[in-house]
Amino acid sequence: MASITARGVGKRFSVRGREVVALHAFDFTAGDGEFVCIVGPSGCGKSTFLRIVAGLTDATEGTIAVDGASGRRPRANLVFQEHAIFPWKTVRENVAFGLRMRGVGRRQREAVADAWLERLGLARFADAYPHQLSGGMKQRVGIARAFANEPEVLLMDEPLGALDAQTRVLLQEEILRLWSEQRTTVVYVTHSIEEAVLLGDRVVLMTASPGTNKETFVIDLPRPRSIELTGTPAFAAWTLRIWEALRDEVLRAAAAERATAR
Amino acid sequence: MSAREETAAAKTAPRRRLAPPRSLPVPRLEHLAAALSPIAVLLLWQALVSWGILDHRFFPLPTQVLRALWSLIRSGRLWHETSITLYRVGWGFAIGAAGGIACGLIMGVSRLVRAFLDPIISALYVIPKIAVLPLVMLIVGIGDASKVAIVAIGVFFVVVINTTAAVLAIDPIYIEAGRNFGANRAQMFRHVILPGALPSIFTGLRIAAGIALITVIAAEFVEANRGLGYLIWQSWQTLVVENMYAGLVVIGALGVVFAALIALAARLAMPWQRRGN
Repeated sequence: MASITARGVGKRFSVRGREVVALHAFDFTAGDGEFVCIVGPSGCGKSTFLRIVAGLTDATEGTIAVDGASGRRPRANLVFQEHAIFPWKTVRENVAFGLRMRGVGRRQREAVADAWLERLGLARFADAYPHQLSGGMKQRVGIARAFANEPEVLLMDEPLGALDAQTRVLLQEEILRLWSEQRTTVVYVTHSIEEAVLLGDRVVLMTASPGTNKETFVIDLPRPRSIELTGTPAFAAWTLRIWEALRDEVLRAAAAERATAR
Repeated sequence: MSAREETAAAKTAPRRRLAPPRSLPVPRLEHLAAALSPIAVLLLWQALVSWGILDHRFFPLPTQVLRALWSLIRSGRLWHETSITLYRVGWGFAIGAAGGIACGLIMGVSRLVRAFLDPIISALYVIPKIAVLPLVMLIVGIGDASKVAIVAIGVFFVVVINTTAAVLAIDPIYIEAGRNFGANRAQMFRHVILPGALPSIFTGLRIAAGIALITVIAAEFVEANRGLGYLIWQSWQTLVVENMYAGLVVIGALGVVFAALIALAARLAMPWQRRGN
């Protein structure tokens, strides 16, 4: 397992000659085996931060350290919002993809993939192609693909954002269940405060663009958690408290969007 | 809907009285229209020529064309001419497509190579291949080689432009996923780039097949003593007009066959595609 320590992370890039600051002086930590949620308004840079942790892009300022138990750089795999599973591979091939890239032999990687398909209720679809699956199933494949690669850090970029509310609830429960078995370090980006409170040990709030730290909350709700929690007063108190903290930022982001649209 | 959800929905839906089934399936209007259109054209043609509105010396009756076609088949002449055309267009297409795909993949992946080759390709693409036929003949000699070369050139340009676009059109999220899961350059190529570009590559091949056929016929007009284009040209020169039309019909048929072959190849190469693409 791995821990993440980010100090003063910033990211700027130029769009059509103008400079855009996506992220600014952002501090973030995730302890070994911790489930940390990042919540922020649209365009605050939370997805950008995730990509920096994943190593897909570099921060333009600040430091970021992902420390694993072994010497080498720990694996940090992403679950994307839009199903980024390859349409030209079968479900099983998709789930086994990370293992294949690492050189794991066919029989072994197919066994690992099948085990994960079983855990996520996809065993029947192992030889199907993504176009035959519903949105919820495709996201399950994306989640399975990340877990199957046995990463030390799991990065989820609004993985349930594109799904209908009912499927979302089902997958939230699955994520809770899988995580409690694996105890991977998770960084989970979401728009939904309820989702963040339900899933996370800690919730990190970001400001509107350029994104930086707003506030951090330690969610003291007991584990193991389930969907019944969402009906309790403690849960409601948490979501309200976080919304109060976030509301101004959401309004600021919306105003900024209207200003640029004009 | 998953299978499980669908059967559940069927069980809970209220029973309704359905209309009694018709005894014959009613054909859709579009199918009727599609079937009628060539027949209507042929009937119109037949009528216009019979009434003398179109000069029968230059516009033979469809029945005459069919008769000429039949006698060409029986005498073996049709196969004699068509086989050499198929040989030329087949080899030209294969060479041009292979080169175009290889070059297009490299250009799609490498910004530097793309920047270097783009202007050259854009400039050469628009030069009529027939115009450079004499030049090609100087280099590869007269005969089949020059036809194959000119077809290959025509096919190459269409395929390379299309393939480059195909690679560039791959959704960046697949590239990100590939990188995030540890694919090196070779793996990225094999597992992400190539399959991601295949659907558009096949579209390009369909277009290129048509261009290959057009080019070989044109080349056989200009300089040949054998081939489908030669048959058409010679028939026109000697005013055996029915043979000319028969040749045109065969070209049309070849076009249909080529398109079907490429569609078949596409279905085999891309088992993941939805049916009906």
